[in-house]
This record gives sequence, C-alpha cells and structure tokens, in this order.
Amino acid sequence: MQKLSRQFWFAPLLILAGLWLLWLFVPLMLGVKPVMLWTDRLIVLLLAAVVLLVAYIRRKAPLREAWLQVFRQRRAMIALVVLCAFIVIGLLDSIHYRKPLPRSSGDAVQYSVEVLSVLDAVLERLRAREEKTYSAPFATHLYAKETVTLPDGRQVRIYPRLTHAGRHLADPQKDKAADIMRTSLQGVAGGVLLGLSLLLLLTRWLAWRKRQAFLSCWREIWRGASEIPWRSIFLTILIVIVSISTAWALSGKYHVFGTDKVGQDVLYLSLKSIRTGLVIGTLTTLVMLPFAIALGIMAGYFRGWVDDIIQYLYTTLSSIPGVLLIAAAILSIQVYIANHPSLFETATDRADLRLLALCVILGITSWTGLCRLLRGETLKLREMDYIQAATALGVRHFTILGRHVMPNVLHIVLIMVVLDFSGLVLAEAVLSYVGVGVDPSTISWGNMINGARLELAREPVVWWSLIAAFCLMFTLVLAANLFADAVRDAFDPRLREQA
Amino acid sequence: MEDNKDILLSVRDLRVHFGSVTAPVRAVDGVSFDIRRGETFALLGESGCGKSMTALSLLQLIPTPAGRIAGGEVLFDGQDLMALSEIQMRHIRGKRISMIFQEPMTSLNPVMTVGAQIAEVLIQHVGLSGKAVSERCVELLDAVGIPAPAKRINDYPHQLSGGMKQRVMIALALAGEPELLIADEPTTALDVTIQAQVLDLLAGIQEDTGMAIMLITHDLGIVAGTVDHVAIMYAGQIVEQAARKEFFSNTLHPYAKKLFAAVPGGHKRGRKLETIKGSVPPLNTKFHGCRFAERCDEVWPRCYEQQPRWLELQTDDDSHGVRCHRYDARIEAPHTVAPQPKTRLTEAQISREQKGEPLLQIRDLKVHFPIRKGLFKRVVGHVYAVDGVDMEIPRGRTLALVGESGCGKTTVGKGLLQLIRPTAGSVSYRGQELTRLKGEALRRLRSQLQIIFQDPFSSMNPRMMVSSILEEGMRAQQIGESAAERQRHIASLLEHVGLPASAARRYPHEFSGGQRQRICVARALAVKPELIVCDEPTSALDVSVQAQTLNLLKDLQNELQLSYLFITHNLSVVDYLAHDVAVMYLGRIVEKGPVETIMQTPRHPYTEALLSAVPTLDETSEREVIRLQGELPSPINPPTGCHFHPRCPRAMEECRRHYPAVTRWETGEEVRCHLYM
Repeated sequence: MQKLSRQFWFAPLLILAGLWLLWLFVPLMLGVKPVMLWTDRLIVLLLAAVVLLVAYIRRKAPLREAWLQVFRQRRAMIALVVLCAFIVIGLLDSIHYRKPLPRSSGDAVQYSVEVLSVLDAVLERLRAREEKTYSAPFATHLYAKETVTLPDGRQVRIYPRLTHAGRHLADPQKDKAADIMRTSLQGVAGGVLLGLSLLLLLTRWLAWRKRQAFLSCWREIWRGASEIPWRSIFLTILIVIVSISTAWALSGKYHVFGTDKVGQDVLYLSLKSIRTGLVIGTLTTLVMLPFAIALGIMAGYFRGWVDDIIQYLYTTLSSIPGVLLIAAAILSIQVYIANHPSLFETATDRADLRLLALCVILGITSWTGLCRLLRGETLKLREMDYIQAATALGVRHFTILGRHVMPNVLHIVLIMVVLDFSGLVLAEAVLSYVGVGVDPSTISWGNMINGARLELAREPVVWWSLIAAFCLMFTLVLAANLFADAVRDAFDPRLREQA
Repeated sequence: MEDNKDILLSVRDLRVHFGSVTAPVRAVDGVSFDIRRGETFALLGESGCGKSMTALSLLQLIPTPAGRIAGGEVLFDGQDLMALSEIQMRHIRGKRISMIFQEPMTSLNPVMTVGAQIAEVLIQHVGLSGKAVSERCVELLDAVGIPAPAKRINDYPHQLSGGMKQRVMIALALAGEPELLIADEPTTALDVTIQAQVLDLLAGIQEDTGMAIMLITHDLGIVAGTVDHVAIMYAGQIVEQAARKEFFSNTLHPYAKKLFAAVPGGHKRGRKLETIKGSVPPLNTKFHGCRFAERCDEVWPRCYEQQPRWLELQTDDDSHGVRCHRYDARIEAPHTVAPQPKTRLTEAQISREQKGEPLLQIRDLKVHFPIRKGLFKRVVGHVYAVDGVDMEIPRGRTLALVGESGCGKTTVGKGLLQLIRPTAGSVSYRGQELTRLKGEALRRLRSQLQIIFQDPFSSMNPRMMVSSILEEGMRAQQIGESAAERQRHIASLLEHVGLPASAARRYPHEFSGGQRQRICVARALAVKPELIVCDEPTSALDVSVQAQTLNLLKDLQNELQLSYLFITHNLSVVDYLAHDVAVMYLGRIVEKGPVETIMQTPRHPYTEALLSAVPTLDETSEREVIRLQGELPSPINPPTGCHFHPRCPRAMEECRRHYPAVTRWETGEEVRCHLYM
C-alpha cells in the first residue's frame, strides 16, 4: 500500500528532473543563453501538474476506467492526435534562448536582444525570408506595383518578382503549376515514408507492451480489432505528418499562405500564434482554478457566512462587464510597463508580461461560473451519507473537503476546463481585435485578424491572413471541443450508467 | 384449465435477453403463467430476478436496443401481443392493459397538471372530448379517493403528497378502463398506513370493474392479504405457482420456504433469523442445474447437474406448480440423505431484565428549521421537525424509533449525533452534555457514537477503497499506532462482519447492497463505538439480505454490548430486534415502552393503527384493520391540540384543545393521549 503511494509521483518526478537537466546543459553545449519567460515558467508548472495528474490517474481505478472510455472513442482520439500536434508546436515555441553576438576578441560574450525559440530555429527558412509587402499564396510576384529601374535605365511600374519565392522558375507563368505539383508529390512521398516508419516504431512498442508478436499486433490494428481505435489514430498521425511534410517541402520554394503587410510569411505567423492561443487557453485556467475550486467548495460545504461572502464576491464580479474590466486592467498594465522600462531586458519580456496579465485578468473574470457550479454540487454532496459518516467519525473539515468533496467534484472541473479552453482561445482573438488583447508585437491569431481587417476593403481583397488564422483556430477549437465532448460523456455518471 | 374463456392473459415460455447475442443476460428465461379475468395475480421475488422485465415485455416496453424478446408467446384475450406492430400496440397500452410504476415521484410529468395528464389518456384512448373529459377526470380522481377532486385537477404533481401521487397514477391507469392492470411494486415507496389505503383502493376498484390485476412485489405480507394467485420468480424463472391458500398452507419450493423464514417478527425474537446464503446468481451465467442449488439447504447432488422440470401437482381446487427435483416422482431421492436444514436458531444470550443506567439521555430535544423568505431572508416560520423528544438508551440495548416518513425520526438520530445542531434540549452521553461540546472535544467524543445509513449506495465515497474507508475513522481518532496495526485491525473488522480480507483492496461499487451495508457496519465499528444509530439500515435490502444484516447487528450487540437506536418504519423488524420502542408522530413521541407490551397491547390510537396496517403472513388472525384517514400533516404548522386528532378515529373535543400530558403505566409504558388521562 505504502510503497504504491510513493511510486506514483516517483516516475514523473524523474522525467521532470531529466527534462530540467536537458534544459540546463543543452544550451551550454550550443553556446546560447537560455531564457525563461514568465509564461514559460507557468507552462513548465502546468506540464508538471499534468504529468503528476496522469500518474495519479493511472493509479486510481475508477478514474482510469473513465479515461479508458475516452480513449476507446474514435472521434476523441482523432481530436487528441490533432491537439497533440498543436501542443508539440506550442511547446517547441516555449523553449526560448538568445544567440551570442559575434564578439570582438577579449570581451565577455554579448547576447543578441532578439529572443528566439526552438520553433524559430526549426522554421528559420520561413522566418528569415521576408518580402517587401503582401504577396498571395504561392505567388511569384508581389501584390503591389512598384517602380523598378530596368538595367537600361528606364523606369517601369510592374509587379516585381519576389525575392524568396519561385526564384528557381525561369517562366513562372508556364512552370509554376507543374513545379507545385512535383514539389507537393515529393512532400507527400517523404511524409508517407516518415509516417510509416513512425507507425512501425509505434506498433513495435505496442507489441512489446502487450507481449504480442509484431505482425499479429499490426494486423489486429489494421483490422480495427484493437480495444483503443489505433487504426484511426494511425491514420490521423499519417495525415498530420503528410500535411506537415508537404507544407515543409512547398515552403522551401513558395510562401504557402502568402505574406503579410511587412512581408512576413503568414504560415510562420500562424504557427507562432499557436503558442499564444494555447497559453491563453491553459494558463487562464491555471490562474482561475484555485479560486474557483477553493471558494466554490468552501461556500457549498460551510454554508452560513462563508457562503454569503463568497456569493457576494462572485455576484459582484460577474455583474461587472467583463470587457470593461479587462480593458481597464490591460491599460493600467501598459502604463506600468511604459513607466518601468528598466525592468525588462528585451521587447519579448514586455510582450510576455502583457500576455500573462491578460491571462490573469481573463482568469479573474471567468472563475465565477465554475465556482457557482461547484458550490451547487457541494451543496448536494454535503448531504450525502458518506460525508455525514465522515463527520460522525470525527474527521476534520478540511480533510473532508480534500478527501471526500474534491475528488467527487473533479469531473465538473475537468469538463469545465476543457470546455472553457476553446472559449478562451476565441476570446483572445476577439480582445486583440478590439485592441485590449495581447501586445501588438506578439504574434497571435487575434492580431493577424486585426491586421487583415484593414485590408478587407482593398481591391482585390487580401484574404489569406484571415483565412490562415481562421483555419488554424478552427482546427484547434474543433479538436478541443470534440475531445471535451468525449471527456464529458465519460465522466457524466448518468451517461455512464446507461453505457 | 377447463374454463379457458376465463383466461385473460396467457404467457407461454417468455424469454427476454439483454446485451450481446453470444452471451446474453437472460433476464426472463422461459416464464409461463395465466391470469384470469377479475383475479389478482402476484409475481413475487427478490430484486434482480426479472419481475419487472416480465411485466415490461408484456407491453413491449423493454428498453431497446439493449434488450429484446427472444422468444415466447403472450396471448391477451386470444390475441398474440408479440405479433402486433408498435402502432397497434399503442391501442393496447393504457387502453386495455395499464401499468402503475413503483416511483410515483418520477412517473408523473412535473410540468403538466394532474388533470391534463389524465385528460391525455381520455382523449387518446376513450375518445372523449370537451366537457366530458374534465367530468370524467373528476370522476376518476374521486374514484381513487382524492378529496375535493374538482380542485385537484388543476394541481401540479409537486403539490401532492406521495400517497396522493400514487392515487393519481392509479387514476391515470384506470382512465382507459383497462382489463388488466399491471402494478409494479405500487406501494414500496409508501408508508405502511398509506400502503394499506392504496391496496384497499385497488381491491375496491377491482370489485367494481372486474379487471384483473398483476401485482409485482417483493413483500410477502402484501401477497398474503390481497391476491388470488401467487407465482414466485427466481433468477428469471418461475419456481413455484399456486393459489394463495394452497401456497401459504403448503409451500413447496425451498426458496419460498426460506423467504418465509427470513421475514423478521416478534415470534422469532431472541433467535437467529433464517438467512439465504449468497445472493441471486448473475443472469448471464449458463445454468446447468437448478438455479437455486448454490443457496439451497436441501440440495441434492442432482440439483447441480440437471435442471428441474416444471411439475404440476394436482390438489383439491387448483393446480400447484413447482420447479424442484424434490417433488419429481421420476427422480429418486439420493441414498445419502442431504444434510437436513441446519437448525441455526440459536438462543441468544440476552438478559432482557438487565437494565442498567442509561448510556444516553435525551431531554426535550428540539430541532427547528427556520423558513426564510424575501430579500433580507427574514424568518417567516419554522419546520418543527423534532419538537420535544425525551428518551434514554441503556447500555447494550436497542431502542426502536418508529414512525411514518416525515415524522422526524432521522432528524432525532442526526440531532443526537450533533450532525444537525439541536435548537434546544439536552443530549447527555455518560453525563456529558453533547449539545454544548464544540471543536476538538466533540471530535474526540464522536468515536463513541456512530451511525449507519439507509442507502448503502450513497453512504460510501465511490472513489475510495474499502481499506481507506475503514481507516479514515481510525486515523481521525488516532486508533492504532502504525499503518500496519491499522491494517490488521481492518482485516479483523472485515472478518467480524463476514467479508473476506480481500475486500479491503476493492471499491464499494464492486459489492452488493447487503455487502455494502456490512462495510458500513465495519466502518462504524472501526472507532469502537458504544452507541450506533441505525437509520433504516435494512429498508433498501431484500428480505433475505435484511435477515443477514439483522443477525449481524444482533450478534455484534451480544458480543460488544453495543446500544442501538434503531430508526425504522418496518414494525416487524422492531418486533424482532428491539427491547424498547418509541413511536413518533410529527416530531413528538406519542408512546414508548418495552417492545412486548407495545406490540401486544398498544395504547395510543396511532400505534394501534400502525400495527394493524402491517400486512402479516399469518392468515388466520382475523384482525380488524384500522384505516387512518389522510396523511401526515405538515410539520410547518402542526394541528392544534393533539397532533394526531385530525386522523384519529377516537378523537374527542378535548383533543382539539390541548396537547395531552404523559400517562405512565407500571409496565414502563408512557403514552400521550387524552384517552388515558
């Protein structure tokens, strides 16, 4: 018994310690300066919490059973694979560093003020290749006419060729379609190869876990006979990898999603926005959860004056218009940042603080809903016989709250968190659009949409920023919602009894 | 069988399966019976043996796609119901066959008035319209004994009490003027006094209209009183079927005999109740022999190998069917006679005379719940849940607290444990005043007073293992020095309540109701209490399991000198287990005294009525049943004078004015009634 309970946090802690060591030593070897932004720290905290939670769930039979039910649903697993792809990109984008500047001999090493992330390094080819201004997806020419001086001295107004896209084509008009086709075929082929080898590895691992022969395991999966719908998972993984690889192949030669006003690659912007979206969606929850859970169950359990105060608090908070509160808070943070420039080493630091402030303020305005739900549920629970029995046994109030009430309201918390996530991602876009969202220098879907808004009146319309932001946001939110549905179904006791 | 025309419903070899085709759960496995016009046919059995499924399949109301009718024939008035389409079935349901469900609270639509719900049936099935509908509604409500029916048709279900709702349900079922009424546990959710009213009502209606009733129940007492034919179901099959007289005078099947023996009662006091070991087998098993063999005391080796045939034994007036090898002429009894039913009736070592100084004394206990209204939550009134209760519980004895639901029994229990803080009065435990204790001091003392709840399904945290559930109290009370010692204690506790040691590593949902109740007993015992409040611990359990639990409680009392406050509405349990009885009515105790005197010679009219309303197995005693009018009044504004006078058959002018004082008798009884002033 005792040994078991020690084990559950042991393995995850080992993993986290390993990651910590990696984070310490890899930058040393590469000669860069690691940077930990505030949001990065919170993401690490969140990651640690998730890892511990997973370890805990694996040990608790009823919880494990419920999660297994989630994993058995095909739709949920497809959504999870997509979510994982987003999360991996977000995490890569959360490991920040600063490059050393070329040093003059004898001086201490100076580091560049530009904070880069691992994702930036991976997407170097997209980040570095800036055009002058707008260009459409797969275009070879700029979207705006320019006056160009010809070699013979004449000046003409033409659409000039792009500096980084389609340079290899002699005659863009004629060769472009064939070249795109060829490149994407190469990308697809590479993706299939890569995907299949990954799937083979995965099957190997599965076969090892189930102590099964590799071939029989492989066959079972593709016949769709496995308990967890591995066939659908494999297909989704394959599709994700193939589309990434195709986009990768194409982006070497073209701007797949075009470029924006200052010539940045829109594909790069949309990928960088993923981190902002995820941070808003998850950190906000992290901020609000302690409030919501502690206050909610205390109000429901203790009743009386505790309940009165907490109810008063959340009724007041929820009757103040949210946007107004957020605007006021963000503006005062902005003033604070402007007045204390010495506190921030880089521009990224400043933008990051504002992002964090947005999370906090969104959290403060959004805990009331969950709190109210938890209060109601606890009101019901406190009359349950087992809580009365615990009181009769002389168990302390806070022990009862921790041992009996909390675990029995956790399903509500989980459902709310997953449902809130998509709402928050969308809220970021809306707030940035209104102008009280993230810092204008932070790359986010909200800022992309805001930028695109101004160009919608242009003739011909610049549509690609909007569509790119929309597509990625839509995929993320849809995946999150589908997954949330499955989680809710699995944890709703009424639905479970029917199953 | 010569009067074939008389047969209204004939079921032959009905089979209902659930779940997968390959390994189905056979909820109903070859059931055959006939119901004649105008008779009452009872289907009796423990929960989970397929009674309700049989009834639902008659109306083709089996929940699909999980369940399906796998075979058999249902002839209703010569017409094969199985062959009917869903649309044709709709003309049968509610019109020719109606059904009443167990739970009146959930069977009525809460957003429709009672009248509208009855009118729906009238318009659909009888084809009435306009004014005739509302007239018929009033008529129906009147027929089921609802006072002022013309007003009541505009009421919503929440405005009616439980008994009233069940009456409305019956009116609904009667609206189509059915030829067959299926009543699925119609009185299980009701108090004894109301139960008697409802059963009377059904019998009266049957007399007037000549419809047949199929009564599904687990209560042998109800069967004894009201039915013509009895069939006993066990694990999806009918194991015995006979006319009532024949059945009660000549019970054949070992299961039926056991059921009789497991019913507690006064004449079994001081002895152990017969129990049926184990529980109903899961219905997805493939049975090779008799389904009851595992639990049977009279089992033959053959019972494990061969399924018993259905035997029709001819008796004087009617056939008596049974499914048991013992009565099969073709099968010889084995040479080695199976062990005779063990006489488990051991004399318990209770010295009834021993009556020490009270362990717990309650004086004038009051629990009032304020009713708040309006913006500033002003107190506009009180619910007088408990309004001045005196009692004492001596060491090693059982005090039973009896009353209808809503009379404040449970509140007394929780009030004395300080789970609900009393408004006034004193609770003194070994001379210590509990109502004034707070915080740490109260927490220390809590180990002495424990509670066992009614519902074994909600009384344990579903997310904790049994060992953690049992350990919780020990840790809070610092019993046991080390974890290892506590684990040893847990193992011995489990052994004590008759569970295997492996139970510690499992979760509550893996146990049956009776086993869960044992775990709850073990949890209470873990902190070594002196007094346990048992809040209807057996009312959610089947008779056979109830007997196991009662035996356990009695054994523990003898062994550990425990005191019990046994809260119940089941008077036969009281008779069996208690030493003293207190009868409660609307927040006050109206009569209390030693169990023998109260059960034999009740003095308060309410006690008399309660006792007479209990259905008994003993057919010979022709008692006059006292029918109480109406239901328990609201504790918000109790009636003036004696609370019982509006329902009392012997009410006097005096009763309306003053609440009666206590009259004491030499035998130790105390009664509050003007009759004895």
